[in-house]
Amino acid sequence: MTTFPHAPGFVAGERPQIVTERFQYEDSYTLERYRATGGYEGLRKALQQPSSAVHEEVKSATILGRGGAGFPAGTKWGLTPQGVWPRYLVVNGDESEPGTYKDRLLMERDPHQLIEGCLIACYAAGLSQCFLYIRGEMALAQERVAAALNEAYAAGLVGRNVMGSSFSVDVVLHWGAGAYVVGEETALIESLEGNRGMPRLKPPYFPAAIGLYGKPTIVNNVETLSNLPWLMRNGSAAYTAIGTKTSPGTRMVAVSGHVKRPGVYEIVNGTTTFRDLLYGEEFCKGIRNGNALKAFVPGGGSAPWFTADQLDLPFEASQVGPAGSMLGSGAVMVMDETTDIPAAALTLTNFYAHESCGKCTPCREGGTWLQRILTRVVNGDGTTEDLAQLVEVGSMICPGNFPHASSERLGLAAVPFPYKMTTICFVGPSAYAPVHSALTLFPEEFAARVKHRRTIPVTAVGAPA
Amino acid sequence: MSRLSDDNVKLSREIIARYPRPKSALVPLLHLAQEQDGYVTREAMVHIGELIGVTSAEVYGTASFYEMFRFEPVGKYLINICGTMSCALMGAHELMHRAEEKLGVKAGGTTSDGLITLAHAECQAACTEAPCLQVNYRYRYRVTPEQVEQLIDDLRAGRLAEEIPSHGTLARVRQSVSAERFVGAVSPDVEAAQPSWLAGKAAL
Ligand SMILES: Cc1cc2nc3c(=O)[nH]c(=O)nc-3n(C[C@H](O)[C@H](O)[C@H](O)COP(=O)(O)O)c2cc1C
Ligand code: SF4
Ligand code: FES
Repeated sequence: MTTFPHAPGFVAGERPQIVTERFQYEDSYTLERYRATGGYEGLRKALQQPSSAVHEEVKSATILGRGGAGFPAGTKWGLTPQGVWPRYLVVNGDESEPGTYKDRLLMERDPHQLIEGCLIACYAAGLSQCFLYIRGEMALAQERVAAALNEAYAAGLVGRNVMGSSFSVDVVLHWGAGAYVVGEETALIESLEGNRGMPRLKPPYFPAAIGLYGKPTIVNNVETLSNLPWLMRNGSAAYTAIGTKTSPGTRMVAVSGHVKRPGVYEIVNGTTTFRDLLYGEEFCKGIRNGNALKAFVPGGGSAPWFTADQLDLPFEASQVGPAGSMLGSGAVMVMDETTDIPAAALTLTNFYAHESCGKCTPCREGGTWLQRILTRVVNGDGTTEDLAQLVEVGSMICPGNFPHASSERLGLAAVPFPYKMTTICFVGPSAYAPVHSALTLFPEEFAARVKHRRTIPVTAVGAPA
Repeated sequence: MSRLSDDNVKLSREIIARYPRPKSALVPLLHLAQEQDGYVTREAMVHIGELIGVTSAEVYGTASFYEMFRFEPVGKYLINICGTMSCALMGAHELMHRAEEKLGVKAGGTTSDGLITLAHAECQAACTEAPCLQVNYRYRYRVTPEQVEQLIDDLRAGRLAEEIPSHGTLARVRQSVSAERFVGAVSPDVEAAQPSWLAGKAAL
């Protein structure tokens, strides 16, 4: 069989590492390497304690969910109704939010860490079976996780009587087949039941109450669970010693676009600022060609945009929210001064319009409508009325004030995140987020486009640096 | 013709057994069918319906929701060029132009020899390595227009046959669990007791 080189992108540094410790090894995905580097010791420690003690340990570490919403894992596990079994664990490995690149690295490079994390979660929260849902387009991640599961089963680490204990649980590998919205947890569950992957109506707000097959179900992100082995080995005090009180530990962040060194970095949570990340020597080393920064998306394609005015904000939800955006899935996309803003916004609106599942009208119709009008504007065929129409359509998806950042240049005050919405899930609002940000922060680019009816290419670059 | 082969039926039964309800195996079985024929045939959908106990209309209902399933033949190689924001910022449109010119087909089309299908794709979770593309879901990172041309030459010359299986084959390693190690699917329809390890006693 051909061996594949590791996917590139990860940039190591002199920083605390929780989930990427093993990335330095070429054979990081093998059981042999995993065990030689403390692997499955966290699970052993967990199994030597009552499961309630493990749950307490996770709660006191406050591991914020890394899938987008940032809900603490230990608290979520406690939301299951009393006395109802079976309960399931569904692992969200569907990673498809524009800009996001971390879960795939964790699955390809350290699959055993994820498996160990799943086992610890099942033990602590009393979950009877685990389904590991991997995005369909990730062939290598599927191979690596399958191989790791086969090794772990054979070594008595998963399945019947884990490590010879009274704890038994299966981890079933499941593949998706290409649909962004399936990353939304209730859509993930629908998909796992063999249905079209459409989000369910809320309430219930958490599948912890009614989830897979109507049973209590915990849905957690790949990175969230990958934190557990380290936590069990080192304890919650060591975990909370990194980062801040409200955002402890580290998180993986992918920085893409017009920086000198795009890459995936494991950063200290809560304290690292966007300026550190974009300009720091240990991170992205500044904007390419020494250009000026025009704007950046701080937390995945769904997040309202920031400009240089927000560079000093740290990766701390309690500060980024009031400033008008969200940290989302740890994806920063950077646009330099050469970027054609309306065209850049269109790439995201295209994405969300394309990925609408069609269940609610404002998203199905509104997303497409935004896409068509914006396309017209970008192509130089738009009118001033079109610009007003964009806002009007947007306000049908998200009534009231849409969050945006403050801008000194424009004398704008920030409108805090989140927004109101008329849709079941966030795909609808996400189609509007880039349009709204672009229109609010760069009105002159739209005005010029409408006045001169001309087009310029998306970016001044061809080949990457 | 084009029902699942005996080997694939056996594999299907193994996969179905892992789930509390057979219908959960639907997407994995559709992948098996696509691996067998390069696309999902009508007969395979009828067969899958029989295996999991749903109508073929239900099978198609689910299958048609997902981007990866094809219901008509596609090229042996499917080139997906990402055009979402990070890739667009780094020159993805130029890649698409070059690929279209070199192949003589537009995005969505297949070359007349049936070898290569070209398609637009959305974010592939490789954004820091933009612009990127996948051939049958195998990545190419930080691709230049020249490299796209080279890639097409290599595919045509069969130089990548070992690395890249034909369209439909995803993972070449499958989960396989021995009967002794497998706990068994936990049915939602049978009220279960609290798991033994939750009784407050240490498990190890
Ligand atoms: C449209 C949409 C797409 C999402 N995609 C993903 C995804 O790809 N991966 C993920 O882990 N969470 C995704 N989420 C968030 C999940 O719904 C869920 O909050 C998360 O998986 C919970 O895990 P965590 O608490 O560990 O973060 C998405 C949410 C929405 C609304
Ligand atoms: S907001 Fe869009 S993607 Fe989400 S449920 Fe409604 S139609 Fe589907
Ligand atoms: S935008 Fe192309 S891989 Fe994410």
